[in-house]
Amino acid sequence: MQLAQLLIFLILFPLIAAFFLFLAKKDMERALIVKLSALAIAIVSVYLLISTYNKGALLVSVIPAEPTGILMFIFEMLIAVFILYLGIVHKKWLVVALILVQSVAMLWFELVYAHSVHVQSNLFIDEFSNIMALIIGIIGCLICVYSLGYMKFFHEHHPEMPDRRPWFFAILFVFLAAMFGLVFSNNILWVYFFWEVTTLCSFLLIGYTKTEEATTNAFNALWMNLLGGVAFAGAIIYLAMFGNGIMGLDALLASGKVIALIPAALIGFAGLTKAAQLPFSSWLVGAMVAPTPVSALLHSSTMVKAGVYILVRLAPIFQATFTGYMLAMVGALTFLIASGIAISQSNAKRVLAYSTIANLGLIVACAGIGTYEAIWAAILLIVFHAVSKSLLFLSVGTVEHRIKSREIDDMNGLIVRMPKIAAMMVIGIAGMFLAPFGMLISKWAAIRAFIDVPYGFLFVVILAFGSAITLFFWAKWMGKIITVTSDSKNIEGEVDHSEWAALVSLAGLSFITTLVFPLLSTKLLEPFLMTNYGHVAQLSQDNIIIMILMLLLLVILPLSILIPQRKHKHVAPYMGGRTTTHDMRFSGSLGVQKKTVLSNYYLHEYFGETKLRTAGVWICSAVIGVMFIATVLRGVIL
Amino acid sequence: MINIVWAIVFILVAPVVGGLVAGIDRKITAHMQGRVGPSILQPFYDVGKLFEKEQTVVNETQIFYAICYVIFMIFTGALFFAGGDLLLVVFALTLAQIFLVLGAFAANSPYSYVGAERELLQIMAYEPMVILTAVGMFVATKSFNVSDIASSTTPVILLIPGIFLGFLYVLTIKLRKSPFDISTSHHAHQEIVKGVTTEFSGPSLGLIEITHWYETVFLLGFVYLFFGFNPLIGVVAVIIVYLLEILIDNTNARVKWQLVVKSSWLIAAIVGMVNLAALYYLSGGVP
Repeated sequence: MQLAQLLIFLILFPLIAAFFLFLAKKDMERALIVKLSALAIAIVSVYLLISTYNKGALLVSVIPAEPTGILMFIFEMLIAVFILYLGIVHKKWLVVALILVQSVAMLWFELVYAHSVHVQSNLFIDEFSNIMALIIGIIGCLICVYSLGYMKFFHEHHPEMPDRRPWFFAILFVFLAAMFGLVFSNNILWVYFFWEVTTLCSFLLIGYTKTEEATTNAFNALWMNLLGGVAFAGAIIYLAMFGNGIMGLDALLASGKVIALIPAALIGFAGLTKAAQLPFSSWLVGAMVAPTPVSALLHSSTMVKAGVYILVRLAPIFQATFTGYMLAMVGALTFLIASGIAISQSNAKRVLAYSTIANLGLIVACAGIGTYEAIWAAILLIVFHAVSKSLLFLSVGTVEHRIKSREIDDMNGLIVRMPKIAAMMVIGIAGMFLAPFGMLISKWAAIRAFIDVPYGFLFVVILAFGSAITLFFWAKWMGKIITVTSDSKNIEGEVDHSEWAALVSLAGLSFITTLVFPLLSTKLLEPFLMTNYGHVAQLSQDNIIIMILMLLLLVILPLSILIPQRKHKHVAPYMGGRTTTHDMRFSGSLGVQKKTVLSNYYLHEYFGETKLRTAGVWICSAVIGVMFIATVLRGVIL
Repeated sequence: MINIVWAIVFILVAPVVGGLVAGIDRKITAHMQGRVGPSILQPFYDVGKLFEKEQTVVNETQIFYAICYVIFMIFTGALFFAGGDLLLVVFALTLAQIFLVLGAFAANSPYSYVGAERELLQIMAYEPMVILTAVGMFVATKSFNVSDIASSTTPVILLIPGIFLGFLYVLTIKLRKSPFDISTSHHAHQEIVKGVTTEFSGPSLGLIEITHWYETVFLLGFVYLFFGFNPLIGVVAVIIVYLLEILIDNTNARVKWQLVVKSSWLIAAIVGMVNLAALYYLSGGVP
């Protein structure tokens, strides 16, 4: 009973907070509600871990399916009517068509099949759900706290935008509630309900500023996610028609590949849309128009993580099937292509967006492969990506407010101009691609997982190229930040304390997660893998010690700056013998003063966005097509 | 599995061996060019002189990055010779290399900046092949541990000859040999002054030189792994490979970075794919 209360608390409490936030009009009240609720949610999600620790998967059957199911259905229909209305007002006929198809399908299900479906336990919790809950509860809440400072600054500097902050914060918390619901639901109908709520929330948040661009991009995100929703509804109908009334995730996983493969492929497709895999990557890039905390939330702890969550959940079904390999191929190609596009991007947020798409691709590839080693890598990727990516988004947001630009080239010499935030950003970037931080451990795990499966060498080759590309765009960004421009002034000023608290906590988490990763692996991942696969994956003791050694070196070495040294002789950089001032100005040939400007390589010729994306969209669509044809044929043959 | 003794031997002996290799390299190069050349101890005299000079910097952070570069390169080599995990060695190597790039970026100087960007292009060019080499060795010997690979009785070279050739191709980049010395070069003919090392001088340049010796020994150790089944053949092979690199260095003009990246990637993709596919086929699908 106590467990049920905890789960329900995590789903309902953010909703209550959202309600009060919607009513709170004063900054003070809002700050108080956000901070207290964030604290409560974070504490309860940690407590949930403690109370279910070492107990494996626990099913919760005390919550009756009815009238909860009916309530959810009514909400679904209300959401559908709302989207239908917006679609008609904005003349987005694709959205209208998709929401109609989806609603008719669900209505049909409700009328014809609903009574024949019976799910014993509607909610559940296991180690994987626990990890997701921690990500949502801690990182999600930190982002909400950060938003307080950010949104205040945002509206002070954009007086032309309507200040709809009560609405904004309410949606943030509804989003968290939906994510908790999604990772705790065993009933697939419930998963679907929360799935649709996240789609709606992301749509509302992307369109927050109500500019033309924001509205267009919000609808772009909406139709792609609704397409996924249609596939999800298709999976539910298929299960109802041919699945002997199976509607629980546990039952689906236990039902064998003959029944489960087609619905898993359909839900997998929905996962691809939500995780912004090619050909559906453009919605996540377009979502950049929203205020930065929204991007941080969408990219790290919610939305896209819902997509990969469901794929990892269903991974045992995909394992060693052609469907699984094709799904993995979509992920692997997305990893490669999105990483390539990131090289050509000069806008920091777009680089982050493409890097998210790429890393999700890697997670999808692991889920498609579906072996215990691959799943181990996938879950590690989810955790570490959430930490580093939220840190990066939030620091870019803070920098953006001070330098009025998101261009990486404008971040030249950030270490001098804003040393503290630059340090945060460097930690975030290092976390994304350097040993011994988490993302690299996970990539390493992915390589090992891929080697051990048939045709795995194809994925290994793709991963080898993708990670080399990744290295290029992160390192050149890092180089920009740490460039020392000796004439610059410190313009950091007072960073809002809520922003600062979130940044420092996340930077701390980057180190802590890397340090406690062996614990995370043995105490949470291994039991999960043992239950679901009967095998465990782990790193050898030696390697863990070596990585901790590297981490310590990386922590200690920067401290050496504190050691007083004798001053060295300073000279101006070499400029081909020209006389140059210390701020890099020199006389041009006509005696005109010129300033040296250094810019990164973007290699548009080879990694141009349009070219690569077009190729990616076609190739990945074809792979998805082959996946469905093969899945259906297999179903027919069997 | 990890053998600390070998790590310590590497840390102490590698600079001596690396410096001698550099000296012999210069001697042979000189003979190829019809010169007498310096003493084979010349690299030690050069580095010794660098340490006697006054340290001049554009800014203090450069020294920090140079020190990190040395430390992590030593770490990489020590981990390799101690018999550690080959993939972890590759990642540690990348980390070391990134510190050199950051040092070049930190100076805010046009020449070292271009050098840094080119250095990154080089890393991007060789990284896939290096990872695939590690994977190839795993598939051939069923282990990622250098200790297991080195003591394996399997003739690794016969199983992954394609990967060996691919590795030789990118080895030229790693050793900063012509035609692939696009970010900095030991030759007098330069394009971007001294590239990544433009703004390093005196003791910090000396450190980078010593790091290069460590790296050379580590890379030659990597070559040896292909022949670990027979130490004698291994040592001979390493010598031949290095002589071949000197020959290539002296008979080729520097190419543009585009060709470096394209050709390394093409070769990595082809030999990686074909050789790994062949191995999987031979071992009957799943290893």
